[in-house]
Amino acid sequence: MKIKLTKPVLAVVFALLLALPLVTTNNYVLHIFISMGIYVILSLSLNFVTGFAGQLSLGHAAFYGIGSYVGALIMLNFHVNFFLALIISAVVSGLFGFLLGLPTLRLKGDYLAIVTLGFGEIVRLVFINWAKVTRGPLGLPGIPKPTVFGVELNTSMAFYYMAIVMIIVTVVIMNKIINSGIGMAMQTVKADEIAAESVGIQPIKYKMLAFVISSAFAGIAGCFYASFISYISPTTFIYNTSVTILAMVVLGGLGSIPGSIVGAVILTLAPELLRFLSNYRMLIFGALMVVMMIYRPQGFWGAGKRVKNIYKIKAGGGKHVGHIKG
Amino acid sequence: MFTQQLINGITVGGIYALIALGYSMVYGILRIVNFAHGDIFMMGTFLGLFFTQSLGMQFYIAFPLSAAATAFIGIFVEKIAYRPIRIADKLAVLISALGVSIFLQNLAQIIWGTETHAFKSGIEVSTFKFGGLILSNIQLIVIFLSCVLMMGLYFVVNKTKIGVAMRATSHNLNSAKLIGINTDRIISFTFGIGSALACIAGLLVGIYYDAVFPIMGYSYGLKAFAAAILGGIGSIPGAMVGGFVIGIVETFGAAYISAGYRDAFAFGILIIVLIFRPSGILGKKLVEKV
Amino acid sequence: MSAILKVSNATMQFGGLVAVDDVSVVQREGEILSLIGPNGAGKTTFFNLLTGVYKPTKGQILFLDEDITNLKPYERVEKGISRTFQNIRLFSELTTLENLLVAHPDCNREGLIESIFGRSKLIAKRSKVVEDCENILEMIGLKDQELELATNLPYGKQRLLEIGRALATNPRLVLLDEPGAGMNGLEKEELSSLIINITKKLNKNILLIEHDMKFVMSISDRIIVFDHGVKIAEGLPEEIQNNQQVIEAYLGRGITDDEE
Repeated sequence: MKIKLTKPVLAVVFALLLALPLVTTNNYVLHIFISMGIYVILSLSLNFVTGFAGQLSLGHAAFYGIGSYVGALIMLNFHVNFFLALIISAVVSGLFGFLLGLPTLRLKGDYLAIVTLGFGEIVRLVFINWAKVTRGPLGLPGIPKPTVFGVELNTSMAFYYMAIVMIIVTVVIMNKIINSGIGMAMQTVKADEIAAESVGIQPIKYKMLAFVISSAFAGIAGCFYASFISYISPTTFIYNTSVTILAMVVLGGLGSIPGSIVGAVILTLAPELLRFLSNYRMLIFGALMVVMMIYRPQGFWGAGKRVKNIYKIKAGGGKHVGHIKG
Repeated sequence: MFTQQLINGITVGGIYALIALGYSMVYGILRIVNFAHGDIFMMGTFLGLFFTQSLGMQFYIAFPLSAAATAFIGIFVEKIAYRPIRIADKLAVLISALGVSIFLQNLAQIIWGTETHAFKSGIEVSTFKFGGLILSNIQLIVIFLSCVLMMGLYFVVNKTKIGVAMRATSHNLNSAKLIGINTDRIISFTFGIGSALACIAGLLVGIYYDAVFPIMGYSYGLKAFAAAILGGIGSIPGAMVGGFVIGIVETFGAAYISAGYRDAFAFGILIIVLIFRPSGILGKKLVEKV
Repeated sequence: MSAILKVSNATMQFGGLVAVDDVSVVQREGEILSLIGPNGAGKTTFFNLLTGVYKPTKGQILFLDEDITNLKPYERVEKGISRTFQNIRLFSELTTLENLLVAHPDCNREGLIESIFGRSKLIAKRSKVVEDCENILEMIGLKDQELELATNLPYGKQRLLEIGRALATNPRLVLLDEPGAGMNGLEKEELSSLIINITKKLNKNILLIEHDMKFVMSISDRIIVFDHGVKIAEGLPEEIQNNQQVIEAYLGRGITDDEE
């Protein structure tokens, strides 16, 4: 069974999401939805590099963490406006992605996975040990909320709507890139680097682009999280977080935007709904990942086939009418 | 102080080397990173703990027994999680391996809890002093055992029939199959040996630090992997060299630079190696056939 | 006629094995040049030197009088060299048309900002890309299957698609590695007229490796023969056919030795 993402379906979902804060005043519910939104951005961004460019990154939490700490520190110490902080966090996280990608992405093989894993560990150690700046394990409290024209946006409702806007912007940008020449080049690099080079595509350029964009979006999620939760500590940005994000991407379906969203939604809800399973949750994730790779590598949502590309061409015999429209 | 640190470094280096061998051998044969290797190492350690403490076995029985049991875990993992997707894309194998890693880590936490366990080896600690140098009998055991096992492995790979078959498979899996080598058996054997060595390494960690915990596979696995790359992944002598280098650098780094960053040194080296010599110290450059 | 490609003293060594040994080759503008030789003669390795997959141990490669010896494969595509592979390497999960689109320079060099914010100009550019690629598909006879996934095409058509993909990069020189392998007689005839079309109508240069002698003799302007990494002969098809050294290379020296 597969739900078609037709316009009416999307419109209904969107309307329900918009109406949610009017229906419930329960902060707990909104809180879960906002966390879900943060994870949606994290899984979308990881999917961008792993699902589309085929590069497994296991240090996504590190970029999330860098964005969080950079955002928190500049808001706390230099009173930088939240929205500017979002951008700076993205740039700094992206820059770290670039620096880490330089030595690793030009290599063939599985080095990126290991190096990002190691990087995640180093970043965590820096958060813990660089106490002068990060306050070490104590974490950073009192991170300010966004203000717009002097009005502080400190309600859950405000964060909820901001999260929705951020997700929409993320999805739109990613969709544009994926359905462009860049996206197609990324796909060829994922499929066969030698063949890609033979048609003039420079693999490292696209791997790097994907990795940097992915890191930057994780940074944005981090900064947003810092302001929302107002207290951050190193314990959030650990290996387990990276793995959870990866599980969202994999279970939702590698290389599928709706898949990443569904994966994030389900795996954020799962611990809330399945508290009785708490100890077995990660165990089940692990087993599911194996089963998934064997029987259904395209994920639950499974964008088994791309529906269209930049040229709005349907694969597999569908008719493409005239040339491109918009 | 310097020589003292060197000895400490060699001790942990031997342990890293033993784990690194498993990564390197599997990579040599299948060109995949067995991401779950660190957790197989951890399972081996806990099996040792179980045999000695819960069942009260003697050490000389528990050692080979847990090594054998861990070898089976390794073989089993390969059969279940890698074999069905071996030829498919690398990403799928990597994710499957990661799945196994998460599974084992959490299984251990469910069975043995998340806390650190003392590893009562029952070996009386005695120390020898040479001038200002302190050397414990446990360090001697660790260094001795890791060296003997590595020499044993070197012998198996270079002087026995199955070793020849392993090298042939590593050189070219398909040709090996064509000349009648049962490559599936060789792959299982490789996983078995690698896992058994990792188990011994885990038991040595237990004896040396007297502390084992379910997420130890993560940090030890990572460092051993760094060692395997450093030495040249796919190369057995490389894994040994890499292990010792990582162990020594880490010990010196922790002693002379910062103890808080102890775990970061291995990755620092890893990244530097990848920049300047991606094929590692003793590794060969792999040329893809076009 | 001026030289489009000039290889001087190229040597490629893998450890102890010398796969290409001090080979010099000149290809003149406008000619179809063929590379033949027994299996393992070093033909594909030579192609890999030309396309930059390997760097020669020694020697120099000039393309349109420019030294490209140290360029990467994708940089050489930009200069105007493209290729097909002996073992087909299509993007199997992309459609026929998409396999060409990704090879088109205007598609795979799209900018990031452009791809996110592009409007009518971008649409016009993309329309042009589709048009170019569809023209190529028309030429190779795959227009009707442009929406088929590459992996679903029959073998012979996949070979054609590889040629189409090489053409989509807008090359000056196309290297074809055994384009006729696995094709039947009829398909080969179509292939040879396609190749001639590519040189005559599109004004491209062709360098090809092929085993089918009848095919090679009928299509080539000139032929170069490799054996054990060494260039042993070079000349017009009829010269090569009667060259004693070439016959020996193919039939084996043993036979001639016995007759002495």
